[in-house]
Amino acid sequence: MIEVKNLCKDYGSKKAVRNISFTAKDGEILGFLGPNGAGKSTTMNILTGYLSATSGQVLINGIDILEDPIEARKNIGYLPEIPPLYLDMTVDEYLNFVYDLKKCRLPKRSHLGEICELSKIEDVRKRVIRNLSKGYRQRVGLAQSLVGNPRVLVLDEPTVGLDPKQIIEIRSLIKKLGKNHTVILSSHILPEVQAVCDRITVIDNGQLIADDTAENLSRSLTSDRKLCVQIEGPVKEVKSLLSSISGAEAVYEGKTVEKNVVEYEIAAKEGYDIRREIFKRMSARNYPILLMRSSELTLEEIFLKLTTGDFYGENGGEK
Amino acid sequence: MLAIMKREIRAYFTSPLGYVFLAAFCAFSGLFLWLNCLAVGSAVMGGTFQMMFFVNMILIPVLTMRTLADDKRQKTDQLTLTSPVSIFGIVAGKFLGAFAVFLCASLVMLIYGVFLSTATAQSGGQFDWGSFWGYYAGLILMGAVFISIGIFISSLTESQMISAVGSIGVNIVVCLFDIISSYISNETLAGIINSLSVFYKYSEFTQGIFSLKNAVFFLSIIIVFNFLTIRVIERRRYA
Repeated sequence: MIEVKNLCKDYGSKKAVRNISFTAKDGEILGFLGPNGAGKSTTMNILTGYLSATSGQVLINGIDILEDPIEARKNIGYLPEIPPLYLDMTVDEYLNFVYDLKKCRLPKRSHLGEICELSKIEDVRKRVIRNLSKGYRQRVGLAQSLVGNPRVLVLDEPTVGLDPKQIIEIRSLIKKLGKNHTVILSSHILPEVQAVCDRITVIDNGQLIADDTAENLSRSLTSDRKLCVQIEGPVKEVKSLLSSISGAEAVYEGKTVEKNVVEYEIAAKEGYDIRREIFKRMSARNYPILLMRSSELTLEEIFLKLTTGDFYGENGGEK
Repeated sequence: MLAIMKREIRAYFTSPLGYVFLAAFCAFSGLFLWLNCLAVGSAVMGGTFQMMFFVNMILIPVLTMRTLADDKRQKTDQLTLTSPVSIFGIVAGKFLGAFAVFLCASLVMLIYGVFLSTATAQSGGQFDWGSFWGYYAGLILMGAVFISIGIFISSLTESQMISAVGSIGVNIVVCLFDIISSYISNETLAGIINSLSVFYKYSEFTQGIFSLKNAVFFLSIIIVFNFLTIRVIERRRYA
C-alpha cells in the first residue's frame, strides 16, 4: 500500500512535481501515464526514497519514507528507468549481492531460482551482465526488484527495450504479481497501461490530471454518444440527409478522406441508435458508406485530450 | 554494509584495478627498500616507509576513484540508495572495501620486515620490531586517510578521471602544509597550519615514534572525510 500526500518537488526554480496525491492499495496495479518529462520518474524516485520531496509525504505500508527510510525500503522493489546493474558481475553474482544488500531472510537458492524463472533469465545466470542485450538487462533489472519479495513494486517503464513477445510475457508477469503486491508502473505507452493496470493516473507537467479506471476515464470524457462515418457523395446533400434523421442532434463535417468522400461526426440524442437509419437513407440515394464507427474515446485520445486539452486537432474536424 | 564491502573487493579483483594497485605498491616499496636498506646495508625501514607516503598519495586515488563516481554514472546508486541500507553503511562499505585492498598490499612490508630480521639475525644483529610496528601503524593510518579523502572526492563527481586527479590534488595540498607554513611569517598561523600537516605527523611515525596524539589526529581526519561523504550523498537527495 502506498499513500502519497501533496507531493511537491522543485529543481531550483523548475517545479517538477506539483501537489500530487494518490493511493495505491494492496493487490492493485496503478498505471502512471504521462508524456516524456512529465515528472513520472521524479515521482517514482521520491516514492522509493532516492530523492527527497520538497514537501509532502509518502507512506509505504504506513511507514514514512523519510522518517524511517530503512524500514520503509524493506517493502519496496524498485526498477528505475535505467536498470541499476553492475556490468562487471555475472547475473548470479549480482542477484546474490542484491539478496545480501536487501538483507533477505528467504531461503537463498530457491528464492533466487524462483525469481530467475519468473523473469526468464535462467539461461543467462552464469553470464557477465556487460555482455547481455538490452532486453536481458531489463529483465535482470526486474529480477533485482523482486528479490526479497517486497510488497510494493515500483517499475519505471518496465518493458522498454523488450521485443513484442517479451513485452507480453512481462505484462502477464506484472499482472500475476499484481494479485498480491502493490504495483506502480509508469509508461508512456498507452496500450500497455490499458492492458495491465487496474487504475490509471495521468500526470502532465508535474500535475496529476486524472486518476480513475480506464473505463471511467473514457466514460466521463465522452459526454454523449458519437458516430463517425465516411460517406461518398455530395457534401451538402449528405449533410442535410444526416441532419434530417430524427435521432441526430448535430452533424459535423470533418476532413475529406479521398475524392468525394467526406468524414462526418454525428452526435446522437440519448437513447437513439441511428446506425440503421443512416444506412437506409444513404442506400436509398446510392451513397456508399465506407466506414462507420462509434467515436468513443480510445485511451490514446483521452490521453491527448487530457494533456493537450484538444484531441480534435489531429482529425481536422471542428468541435 | 558487508554486502557492499564484499562487492567492492570483488570488483577490484574482477577488473585490473586491484592487481595494478598491488603490483605498483609492491614495485615501489621494493624499489625503496632496495635504495634505503639493501643497497646501503641498513635494516632500518623508516626511510622506505617514509617514501611510501608519496607513493600512496598517487596510488590510492586510483584505488578510490571509481567507488562512488562510477555508481552515479551507471545509476547503480539507485539500487544502493533505495535498499534498506543507511548511507553510513554504504560509505563504510566502500571505505572498508578499499581499505581491505590497501591492507592486502601493505602486507608486503611485513614480508620485507621478516626478511630483514632474518638477515640481521644471521649477521648477529637485532631487528627492531618495535619500531617496525610503529612504522606499520603509521602506514595503515595514512592509507586510511588517503582512502577517506579519495572516496570523498569520488562522491563529488561522476567522472573517474576527475575523481582521481582531484584526490591526487587534494593529497598534494594536504602534504604541502609544512612547506606553506614555512613561508608564513605570522607564527600563530604558521603553527596552526603546521599542526594540520599529515606528512609531518607521518614522519614522526617513520622515526619509530608511535604517539597516541598523532594516531588520534589521523583517525579524526578519517572520520571527518567519511562524514563529509555521507553529507554529500544526503545533500544530493535534496538537490
